[in-house]
Amino acid sequence: MFKNAEELVRIAEQRSVPISEIMIEQEMEAYDRSREDIYAQMDRNLEVMEQAVERGVTEQVQSVSGLTGGDGKRLHEYLQTHTPLSGELILDAVSKAMATNEVNAAMGTICATPTAGSAGVVPGTLFAVKNRLEPTREGMIRYLFTSGAFGYIIANNASISGAAGGCQAEVGSATGMSAAAIVEMAGGSARQSAQAMAIALKNMLGLVCDPVAGLVEVPCVKRNAFGASNALTAADMALAGIESRIPCDEVIDAMFRIGQTMPSTLRETGEGGLAATPTGRKYQAEIFGK
Amino acid sequence: MQFRSVFDIIGPVMIGPSSSHTAGAARIGLVARQLFETEPEWAAFHLYGSFAKTYEGHGTDVALVGGILGFDTFDDRMTTSFHHADKRGLRYTFIEEKAQPEHPNTVRIRLGKGEDVLELVGISIGGGKVEIKELNGFALRLSGNHPAILVMHDDRYGAIANVATRLAKNEINIGHMEVSRKEQGKEALMVIEVDENIDSETMHDLTMLEHVRRVTKIHD
Repeated sequence: MFKNAEELVRIAEQRSVPISEIMIEQEMEAYDRSREDIYAQMDRNLEVMEQAVERGVTEQVQSVSGLTGGDGKRLHEYLQTHTPLSGELILDAVSKAMATNEVNAAMGTICATPTAGSAGVVPGTLFAVKNRLEPTREGMIRYLFTSGAFGYIIANNASISGAAGGCQAEVGSATGMSAAAIVEMAGGSARQSAQAMAIALKNMLGLVCDPVAGLVEVPCVKRNAFGASNALTAADMALAGIESRIPCDEVIDAMFRIGQTMPSTLRETGEGGLAATPTGRKYQAEIFGK
Repeated sequence: MQFRSVFDIIGPVMIGPSSSHTAGAARIGLVARQLFETEPEWAAFHLYGSFAKTYEGHGTDVALVGGILGFDTFDDRMTTSFHHADKRGLRYTFIEEKAQPEHPNTVRIRLGKGEDVLELVGISIGGGKVEIKELNGFALRLSGNHPAILVMHDDRYGAIANVATRLAKNEINIGHMEVSRKEQGKEALMVIEVDENIDSETMHDLTMLEHVRRVTKIHD
């Protein structure tokens, strides 16, 4: 049983196994389930993610409010006809992250990773990195267990709820989780995964949850886009051997304390930040008539 | 450790748009429905904090009603739960409360049918995970993630031992247990989370025990 990132890395190093393996074994032990059973459940989650991405980049999805939809597809098409300045892999991840969140906003079926509002980052990066690293199906499933291991640490030591900790707790967590999983899939060490997680989350600290009209749409969809690109950048930095001066667990603790001191207007109440701008208010009035 | 499973983090599979405000709300509704054991005639939802502020935008209202109708987080009928409620004759109201709750995503649900009324307070703690904080005035901590039984009983010596012994005889392992009462010697409540689903025979055995008034089960 690991309580924090330091313990998780230490166990993985001592046993010379990847982080995904530690998470799988802990799940088997905690619930007395077989490896096949756990794999099968994660495989179903992976399938849901795949379908959401596919739907979002090919269909013209639209939310009930009309605020979001179609941007994942737009970016996907831009990639077919243009050479993007920021890099094909990054933009591929971004388009898939947006696609997933647009499907979510349209009340479609998604898999929360770790939440619905932040459901784009993990699958977005996974299905983009997959095309480069060409993992097996098991490799993709392991990606989700590694993400899950870091999400588990954040959820138990800080928070993954926007209402409790702001967007840093949702998209911030998803970004750190993805960065760590990318490192493992690319052949990096457990310690490098934790470094990637720390580097990624540090950059998300303080991010508030200020949804326009209280809807999981603006700015959520685009924040997932940047979560995906941050995750890839952080993973590359860690793979290059760059380390976070502040250890991973202390970054998580900082995120928790920042969340606690964040005013409630900036924690998913739709009362502050972008939601309180004239345009944000105008959308709210148009959508709810109040 | 509030979160035990990797599937609390990578999951649940759900209808959007919000894990805490949609999936979590549906789960709280579903637990209330399972505890009520039958389809209620009416439901009143008192919303607090972020739930009160944003419930329409997040589909919290749709999800709560869906849960009361017995729909799980991934059920396709979720988005049209109001329509299903009307068809099935379930009346429902939403009340926006001003009071500051302990947790920002809190709902108090009241369900009724004839004389029977159930009142429950649930919180949605993130990623679709929920806790039940109060049931018919009893404080409790119930995650809703494991099979559990609730035993209303008389606050007398031996009542707890009887229930535990019966479970042991039927080879059911207790994962977590809590006992609470409002007043000494009056009505009390046992909340028992177990590792496996409980068969109807065990339920019957428990109901027959001395000092036991009512037994309800919640399953995965």
